[in-house]
This record gives sequence, structure tokens and C-alpha cells, in this order.
Amino acid sequence: MEWTDEAIILSARPHGETAAVVTLLTPEHGRHAGLMPGGQGRMQSMLQPGNRVKAKWRARLTEQLGNYTLDLITTHAAAWLDTPEILSIIASACAVTEASLPERQPMPGVYAGLATLFSLRDPELWGPAYVKWEIGLLQALGYGLDLSQGAATGGADDLVYVSPRTGRAVSITAGEPYQEKLLALPAFLLGVPEWEASDIGEGLELTGHFLRTHVFVHPHSRLLIAQAGDLPQARQRLADLYIKLSENDGALAHAI
Amino acid sequence: MLPLIEAMTAAVHQVQSCSICGNLGGNDPCEICSDPLRDRTTICLVEDVADLWALERSHAFRGLYHVLGGTLSALEGVRPTDLRIDQLIDRLKEGSVKEVILALNATVEGQTTAHYVAERLAPSAVAITKLAHGLPVGGELDYLDDGTLTAALNARRKSA
Repeated sequence: MEWTDEAIILSARPHGETAAVVTLLTPEHGRHAGLMPGGQGRMQSMLQPGNRVKAKWRARLTEQLGNYTLDLITTHAAAWLDTPEILSIIASACAVTEASLPERQPMPGVYAGLATLFSLRDPELWGPAYVKWEIGLLQALGYGLDLSQGAATGGADDLVYVSPRTGRAVSITAGEPYQEKLLALPAFLLGVPEWEASDIGEGLELTGHFLRTHVFVHPHSRLLIAQAGDLPQARQRLADLYIKLSENDGALAHAI
Repeated sequence: MLPLIEAMTAAVHQVQSCSICGNLGGNDPCEICSDPLRDRTTICLVEDVADLWALERSHAFRGLYHVLGGTLSALEGVRPTDLRIDQLIDRLKEGSVKEVILALNATVEGQTTAHYVAERLAPSAVAITKLAHGLPVGGELDYLDDGTLTAALNARRKSA
């Protein structure tokens, strides 16, 4: 068995003395693991989460782990080593992808979204793009949100809440009596081209709720999700980071 | 085989972790922490003992160290509480340290951890610096990977 595909590195964990078990996201073969001989040596820099590679997978039988040969196409993290928000987004996106997608099931839409997110040049766009990518991921997994019209009124105006039960948008008037129970709907998800760190934080809370209650309630990896209903640590840290950013007017307390 | 067995037995009984910095050695505090000639105003934060030894081999740093004990990792399940961050904050409270150098790996996990640690250290009034990323000594441009070249370009500085 053999295939060649473009891929994004999700993770690499040491295996034995020199090899690594690498998990990739590919458009045609989905989330796919394989053994990378020499993956703990000079290859390590290529195996950073988020990097785009050309992957060749080979095994005697389909169900075997198989071996990877990888060639680097683009490195993403290196450009953002000094930007904590973007590094956290890369780590979170890779962890959420690895923890949520079934193995070896093609998800070309999720791959395309992730590739687009990682290739953004403007750092300001990463936050909203990440939230939108998580909404796309939820949709691909069968838990799509309906933010186009109000659940109660059917109208498309004044939508500011989302029902935590149905995932449908709720207008300000219909939601007022239940506002403590409803999730906030940040305006950038409705196409408003302005946002602050607090809006990204609200977006992360919104998608985080549905990831917790629908996707990670039956986790397939106890490594990434310690308890049913938890978010991956990297995702939780990203949400915490945006809470801090919104408390400090978009700036972190440190600069290194 | 006997010398090897004896050496390993001695290592088991003698090697211990330094209660101040986390280094491994025959004494507690370790030789570095108890050396009066070391610069006590600077602490270099490293991921593990192997990184500390690498920096010691270079003879480029004469301050103190702090071994973090790993990096934040979703895959390995390493949480902030698993790292020796609180011990570092306690060391800074003593007041003699003026600078903390974050010497963590230039990986996504290493740099994510560096930013997390910097955020935790922000309330203490010490200077927080980190190692530069870029061209290795002896490195030729056409042999370097894209990531290193990108980091080197981003960290370019004025030629004197």
C-alpha cells in the first residue's frame, strides 16, 4: 500500500531511540498516523505542528501503522515564534484537530480551512479566522451552528446570542429573558469587519461550549482529553490567553 | 562489567536533584548554586538538565540556572502545575535576581511555554529576555531550513 498527499503536521511523539510517530492531516486520507524513521534527529525541525509537508506513506497492509517519508513545503510556526497569540492558535488548532477527527476519514474541508488559517499573513486576522475554522470543524463533524437567523423570531436582525442547546442564533429581544443562559454571539461572526480581543474570547467560548458538549464528550484520545467534556489543554490555554488580552486592552503583560 | 555496576550503584546513591535549581549532581545545593563566583543576578531558565549541561559546556554563561522540567504539551499531558514555575517565582521573591533568560527550545511547544512563563513572571519586576533565533555559527544559507531562515530574517538587527 502506498499513497502520496499534501499534509499538515499535527503532532510528533518520540518512538524508540530515533523514530517518531507522526500524525498528519491530509485532504484525501484524513487524520493519519505513521512512523517516521529518524524523526528525533535532524528531521525534528520539520515535524513542528502546523508545518505543511508532502507525505509519502507506505505499508504492507492498509491497517498497519506504516512508514512516512516527508518533504517540507512550508514552515509556519517559525514566522510567529515571537507572537504568543498565533503560536497558541497553531498549537490549539493542531490539538483540536487531532482530538476531534476520526482516523483515516477524508475531511478535505477541514484541511483546506486549516491550510488557509496557517497561511494568513496579517496577524490581526488569525483570531477571528480561528473561531470561524472551529465553526467549520463543528459543521464537518455534524454539529453545525445556525447563525443566519433567529431561532425564536426567524429574523436576521439584532442577533446577539446563541442557544447553547440548539446552536441557533437568538435576537436581542427574544433572548433578553434568558440572557444569562445564552452564549454571546460576537458580531464578527455575522460579517462585521471589526473585532477586539474580547470578541475573539466570546467566539472561543461559543465554539468551546459545542466542542465540549458534542465532540469531546466521548474522546477517542485520553492523551489529549483527560476527562470527557474537557477541551485539549492547548485550546484551554488559548481561551485563557484571550481572556487576559481582553482584560489588558489587547496587550499581554509581558514582552520578551 | 563490575566497574559499570559499581558506577551505576554509586550514581543511584549519590546523584540527587538540587532543591534550588533542579540540576542533577552529587550535592544539594548543586555545584553551580553553591559557587560564590557565579553571577547571582541572572537566572537562565532551561527545559531540562541536558540543556543546562549544553550551556555549561559553552562557558558563555556565568549566572545561575533553573530547570523547568519540560514544556507545556497537550500530547504529553504536561500542565503548568507539572513544571517548576512556582519554584522560579519563589526564587525571584528573594530580590537578588535582576534578569531571567528564557533558554527554551525554538519549537512551538518551547516558545508557547516561554510566553506562558514570561506572563507568569511579569508581576515580578525582573527583566525577561530570551535566546536569539537564527543562523548557526558555520551555517551556510543554502543549507538552512526555511524556518531558521525566516526566524533569522525576523530577528535581523542593525549592522554595527
